[in-house]
Amino acid sequence: MTLFKNTEATNSQENLRGDVDKLSGSSRRDFLSAAGALVVSAVGGGLSTSALAQAASANAAGAVSAGAVGTTLASIAAIKPALKADELDSWVAIQPDGAVVAYYGKVDLGQSLDVAIAQIVAEELDVSYRKVKIVMGNSASSLNQGGASSALGIQAGAKPLRNAAAEARRILLNLASEKLNVPVAQLIVDDGEIAVKGNSTQKVTYAELIGGKFFNSKVEWNKRIGNPLDVKGVAKPKSPAEYRVVGLSIPRNDVAWKVFGTNGNIADVKVPGMLHARVVRTPWAGSVAEAVDEASIKHIQGARLVREKNFLAVVAPREWDAVRAAKALKVTWSASPKPFPEFEKLHEHIRQAPTRKRTEESKKGDVMASLSTAVKVVEAEYLWPFQSHASMGPASAVADVKADKITIWTGSQKPHYARDGVAALLKVPVETVEAIWVQGPGSYGRNDAGDAVLDAAYISKMVGQPVRVQGMRHDGTAWDPKAPASVHRARAAIDATGKVVAYDFTTRAFSRATIDSNESDPRDSLVGMELGLPSKGGMTFGIPEESYAFDNKRMSWEVIPDLIASASPMRTSHMRDPVGLQIQFASEQFIDELASATGEDPIAFRMKYAKAPRDIAVLKAAAEKSGWEPRGNAKRDRSGKVLSGRGIAYAQRAGTIVAVVAEIEVDRKTGRIWGRKFTVAHDCGLIVNPQGLRYTIEGALVQALSRTLYEEVQFAPDKVKSVDWSSYPILEIKDTPENIDIVLINRPEAPPTGAGEATCRVVPAAIANAFFDATGVRMRQAPLNPARVKTVLSTT
Amino acid sequence: MALTPFVVDGQSVQIDSDPQMPLLYALRDDLQLNNPKFGCGLAQCGACTVHLDGQAIRSCVMPVSAVKGKKVTTLAGLGTPEKPHPIQVAFLEEQVPQCGHCINGWVMTSAAFLKKNPKATDAEIKTALEGLKCRCGTHVSILRAIKRAQTLMA
Repeated sequence: MTLFKNTEATNSQENLRGDVDKLSGSSRRDFLSAAGALVVSAVGGGLSTSALAQAASANAAGAVSAGAVGTTLASIAAIKPALKADELDSWVAIQPDGAVVAYYGKVDLGQSLDVAIAQIVAEELDVSYRKVKIVMGNSASSLNQGGASSALGIQAGAKPLRNAAAEARRILLNLASEKLNVPVAQLIVDDGEIAVKGNSTQKVTYAELIGGKFFNSKVEWNKRIGNPLDVKGVAKPKSPAEYRVVGLSIPRNDVAWKVFGTNGNIADVKVPGMLHARVVRTPWAGSVAEAVDEASIKHIQGARLVREKNFLAVVAPREWDAVRAAKALKVTWSASPKPFPEFEKLHEHIRQAPTRKRTEESKKGDVMASLSTAVKVVEAEYLWPFQSHASMGPASAVADVKADKITIWTGSQKPHYARDGVAALLKVPVETVEAIWVQGPGSYGRNDAGDAVLDAAYISKMVGQPVRVQGMRHDGTAWDPKAPASVHRARAAIDATGKVVAYDFTTRAFSRATIDSNESDPRDSLVGMELGLPSKGGMTFGIPEESYAFDNKRMSWEVIPDLIASASPMRTSHMRDPVGLQIQFASEQFIDELASATGEDPIAFRMKYAKAPRDIAVLKAAAEKSGWEPRGNAKRDRSGKVLSGRGIAYAQRAGTIVAVVAEIEVDRKTGRIWGRKFTVAHDCGLIVNPQGLRYTIEGALVQALSRTLYEEVQFAPDKVKSVDWSSYPILEIKDTPENIDIVLINRPEAPPTGAGEATCRVVPAAIANAFFDATGVRMRQAPLNPARVKTVLSTT
Repeated sequence: MALTPFVVDGQSVQIDSDPQMPLLYALRDDLQLNNPKFGCGLAQCGACTVHLDGQAIRSCVMPVSAVKGKKVTTLAGLGTPEKPHPIQVAFLEEQVPQCGHCINGWVMTSAAFLKKNPKATDAEIKTALEGLKCRCGTHVSILRAIKRAQTLMA
């Protein structure tokens, strides 16, 4: 047995086996064809006709200057050019030992993303996977590619890396051509070694050409930052047919240090001379500190109060003393304005609140006319609660604010934006702030990490020392940004032949993001709002993503006002597959209701109306793999204590298509639903790392199962009552599915799309549809927890 | 303040602290043993689990004074990359953790349990692990790894 030995985030691994070992490391192949038509003449670095033609066509498309094409041994640099998107050296570097470093402006959250990026870079550069090291998320060494965002890690994040690696390889071939005095067309590359075809003694390595030095060469930048940031070189990346490393199940780099504890996460960052801090936030919604008794923490050694306007924190040299001080601090809070509705009246509040904004995002035909003349109209309403990220550990962050330089250590999944937010909060130039990203204790969107880092920076500035902030459990559960609660209404018209002729879907909800999905603007942070910055607010939601072609179809959303304008524990922001679970819980359950109303099998019904061929293929794959037996409205025996049922749901998500068949058991007495077996069919285009993809889908499914069955933020008019795991229960090990079957549909011809979120959105409706199959009763309100199941079953 | 001597991962240590300070803070802040994690501070999640004289306990609610003279084992004391515990081998081979913040709890709790119940059934394993939390949804991998560990330990 061999084990990982690395304790840092490198890709050097020792347990690669079998075909992975062969293909990712030491296979020999002729890369002549991949070298392309770009030929640099051996003498003087001048350009051949074909090279000029290619450069010209690239320039015609708005591409790179001829300078990049003409990179020579004389033009490579000993000093690294400044970090700019249009510098090739900002993306990829060859180290003296021939290792490749790629700088990635997104981050991996334990789902193989860095492995996949390394596979893509290795592929384009023709080096073994082992030689590639990914440096992620640090603002000093990587560009702002948007951090982890909307499952775009490969879909968008790999693009500039792929192009840069291909461009680097092109230049390396040119340099080898110059060095060996042989045309590029006669060169072959194998694992970072360039040799003359037919003469293996005449060769030069990447390391010998440029190791430790820099390309000093431009790439074309599309002038965007964040997710859309892209660069292009003259080189054309490989076609998927040529892939050898992309497509392999290479294991992750971060498992060993997690299992052996040989490296830490953000909670483990400590810097010399730092103080421990705890932010003290009101337990009462909308209230502020009227008086603070500083003497109440006097007995705790070294404990100090930090107070500015409505921001309140304590610091102490020892962490336990900071914890004690936060608890002991006597604060007189103003009366709560009771800004929240009664918990039981949440959805009534959503129905009745004024509409701030309505958008009809998708419209075809005349829905209203069709509904008014329908033979049959089916209508239903679905309810989703507020949910909490409730990350495994409350967020922590370290900040060292010095007069001329600020360093932050953050678990925020968007570290570049955290840097921008700290600079704006402290009113310093962004260049003086360096964000160092360290993996956090769970990250599924904008959780509490974005607030922790701004809190730490502010406190550090106030006390003039490095500061480590960590939340207590209630900070992570009660005070993290929430996924919005919603009400969804769907109507459909059916004609005399049983055809669905109109479909009308409307969401009414709190905005999907009353604070932005990143913390670059202090108005979107708790500390910013506590210091008096006005809330920005947000007004957007979303619509179902599918390809159902009904003759008349309208999909819209309406957003209602926030409950509190500032520093609210119920402010909303993005949580894994933002609004996807809410929307598809409703829309895919309604589709089942339509199938039932027309007496059709749920999968047959979907395949009849879904028009995109890839969608139909996914549905077919899920049906086949799960052994789905078509059914209509035949009577079932439902006399048993434990009822079983099956349900399907399907959706698109930004290019990815997924369908899931849920097989559940319902215990009539306890009200417990067990998601016993799931079959997932998943199409996200080209698959980069199948095993990493499987684990990602599994985790997404189980997390969504937890949200479907258990998760609901409890509150009263004057406070959030979900403060820990007892008041915000999640899935337990006994609820683990017995089996998750995954069918991966690989489409090398289609660009890779996201996999981290799509599966989440089909789980809730699949469960609810299976519940209907099992019991004959609809559960139109989530979560489908035991109490609600018992109530529904006892009243029908 | 009070002095508390105890043994951690085979080393004798002494902590000078508020006697009510939870063991977790002594391990993480005074001894720089970061493997037990703060998850809730309420014994509701298990991220802080260590072995106290062989028993899996939640260090976030155990006053440091209560471990006086006792033997504490952390994840680092359970096994190392050079000399791994079978549970660690299984969790590695099954690629279990995503964010990894919970993993200490699952490894330490299942190691203590399997030592006494090497042939535990699936139902017994699930009962033994009740209360541990994982937010990334890696439960399927966790159970696969524990089954694999049982094979390795047989």
